[in-house]
Amino acid sequence: MTDKIESIVGSIKAGFSAGEYKFRGEISLLVKPEQIVEVCQVLKDEHNFQQLTEQTAVDYWPEQKPRFHIVYKLRSLDDNLIIGLRVPLNGNAPTLPTIEGVFKNANWFERELWGMFGIHIEGHSDLRRIVTPYDWEGHPLRKDYPLGYEEVQYSFNFDEIDLRKPYAKE
Amino acid sequence: MEENTRLTLSEASMEDIKHLVSDRAIQGETVLLNMGPQHPSTHGVLRLLLELDGEEVVNCVPDVGFLHTGIEKNMEAKTYMKALTMTDRLDYLNNLGNNLTYSIAIEKLTGLDVPPRAQAIRVILAEFQRIASHLIFLATTGLDVNATSVWMYCFRERELILDIFEMCSGQRMMTSFIRPGGIWRDVPVEFEDAVRSFIKIFPSRIDEYEALLTNNPIFIDRTVDIGVLTPEDALNWGVTGPMLRASGVDYDLRKTNPYMGYEQYDFEVPTRSEGDTFARYIVRMDEMRQATRIIEQALDKLPYGPVRSNNRKYVPPPRSELGTSMEALIHHFKLWTEGFSPPKGSVYAATESPRGELGVYLESDGGPKPYRVHFRTPSFTNLQVLPLLSRGHLVADIVMLIGTVDIVLGDVDR
Repeated sequence: MTDKIESIVGSIKAGFSAGEYKFRGEISLLVKPEQIVEVCQVLKDEHNFQQLTEQTAVDYWPEQKPRFHIVYKLRSLDDNLIIGLRVPLNGNAPTLPTIEGVFKNANWFERELWGMFGIHIEGHSDLRRIVTPYDWEGHPLRKDYPLGYEEVQYSFNFDEIDLRKPYAKE
Repeated sequence: MEENTRLTLSEASMEDIKHLVSDRAIQGETVLLNMGPQHPSTHGVLRLLLELDGEEVVNCVPDVGFLHTGIEKNMEAKTYMKALTMTDRLDYLNNLGNNLTYSIAIEKLTGLDVPPRAQAIRVILAEFQRIASHLIFLATTGLDVNATSVWMYCFRERELILDIFEMCSGQRMMTSFIRPGGIWRDVPVEFEDAVRSFIKIFPSRIDEYEALLTNNPIFIDRTVDIGVLTPEDALNWGVTGPMLRASGVDYDLRKTNPYMGYEQYDFEVPTRSEGDTFARYIVRMDEMRQATRIIEQALDKLPYGPVRSNNRKYVPPPRSELGTSMEALIHHFKLWTEGFSPPKGSVYAATESPRGELGVYLESDGGPKPYRVHFRTPSFTNLQVLPLLSRGHLVADIVMLIGTVDIVLGDVDR
C-alpha cells in the first residue's frame, strides 16, 4: 500500500514539479493553483482516485505569501488509498480554478470556500454563499474576522442597536 | 408584477437564481414552490426550492445554512479539550461518533495511545449510537409515509439506548464521554446487564419493524424504484455510508481502515445493488443487526484495565492522585487552564458515522488551541445528490428522499 502511494506521489512530483509534505503517515502534495485541475484529473483517470473526500482551506493571516492553503483529500476506494493536495494562495483576494469538472461534489465545498474564506472560485457554476445568508458581509472563517464583539440586542434597545449594527440585518 | 413576486420567493433576486432553474420557469410554464425551512418533513431546517411541472419535480435546489452555528470558528478560540464539547452539537444524532472522530484526530496528531478497554467501550458506544441514529431514520421515514406506529416503536428502543448513555455519562445526548486518550471514566457495573438485555431483545424488535414495513405494499409502492442512484454517480458525487452501499459499492471505513480495533470483530457490510429508496432502507435495517453483533462481541471480549491513557501531558490524572502527588496537581492545573499543545502539523481522521464518512481535518500551530478544524460531514456531501435523485419524481417522493438520504441539519450546516 505504501509502495503504491509512493510511486503515485513520485510520478506527480516529476510531472508537475510538485512539493511534498509528510506528517503522521499522511502524504500531501504541494501543487500550484494553475495546475490543480490537471493534477486532479490525472489522479482520477490514471491513478483511480474516485472520490473527493475533503476540500477546505486554512488561513495563515497575517502572512501573505501564502495567505491560504487549500486542502484536498482524494480517496481511492478500490486501492484503499488517500492522498492530500495542498494549494498555496497568496494575497487577500485569491482566485482558484474550480475542480467541479472533475469531482462534482466540489460544488458545495467550493461555495463554502467562497462564503467562509472569500476565495473566488473561477469557472464555478453557482458561486453563492452556502451556509451564511446571501447578504452576509465578510468571510467568517478568516483569521482577521472577529469572533463575537457583537452588541447584544434586548427588547428595550433593539432599534437603537439595529441602526448601527453592521451584519446580519434582516 | 405578479409574475415577478411569484418567481423571486425569498431568494435574493431572480437574477441570482436564474441559472438554477430552467427556461420554462422564467417563461412561467413551470411553478416555483418553496418547501421549508419550517416544514416537518425536511427533518430540520432544510429549505428546498422546487420547480414543478404539475406534480412532477423538474428541479430542486437545496438551500442550507439555517442551522449554521459557526462551530468551526468557535473551536479555534477554545482549547482542544473545551472544543470537544462543541463536537457533540454537530450531528446531534451521532454525538459519541463526533467525539470519537475528533478524539482520534487529536490522538493521531499527538501520538497518544488508547488503552484496549477504552477502545472496546468506544466501539460499543459508537455502535449504539449507530443503532439510535438508524432508529430515528426509521421512525421519521416511517412517519413520512404515515406509518405512525413505527415511530412509536423506534423511539421506545431508542430510549433504552439513551438510558445506557445516561448511565455512563450522566447525559442522554450531549455526552462528551469519549475524550482524547480514552473515555471520561469507566462504565458503571450496571452497564453490562443493561447492554446484554438490550442486545437480547433488539434483533426481534428489528423483525417487528420489518414486519410493519418491508412487505407492506404501500411502503413498497412508495419506495421501490424511487430516486435511483447509480454507483458511478454515487462515487462522483462523493456519497458515502449506507447510501453508497445501497448503490452497490462495498465500502465501509470500519472494514477498510479499521480504527479502535474494529478488525477484531466479525461483522458484515450490508450492500444492495438497486440504489433506490427501498435499498437504502434495507441497508440501514441490516446495519442495525450487524451493529448488535459488534456490540455483543465487544462486550464479550471487553478487557479489564485502565480507560485513559497514562500520558499525563495530554490526559488529566485521576482525582485520587491529586491529594498525594505534586506532579499530578501540576498536570491537572496545566491541563485545565492552559490545555495541551500538540506538535505543529495537520492530520485527517475519518470514521464511519451512521450517515457515512465523518472526517476531521485538524491543523495545529503548536499552540493550545486548534488552528483550524474542519468537519467533513457526510450529510453535507450526501445532500448534494438530492436534486439528482428527485428529478422526475412527485413532490410526495421528495419527502421520502430527504428521509433516506438521512440528513441531519446540524451536520450539514455546522
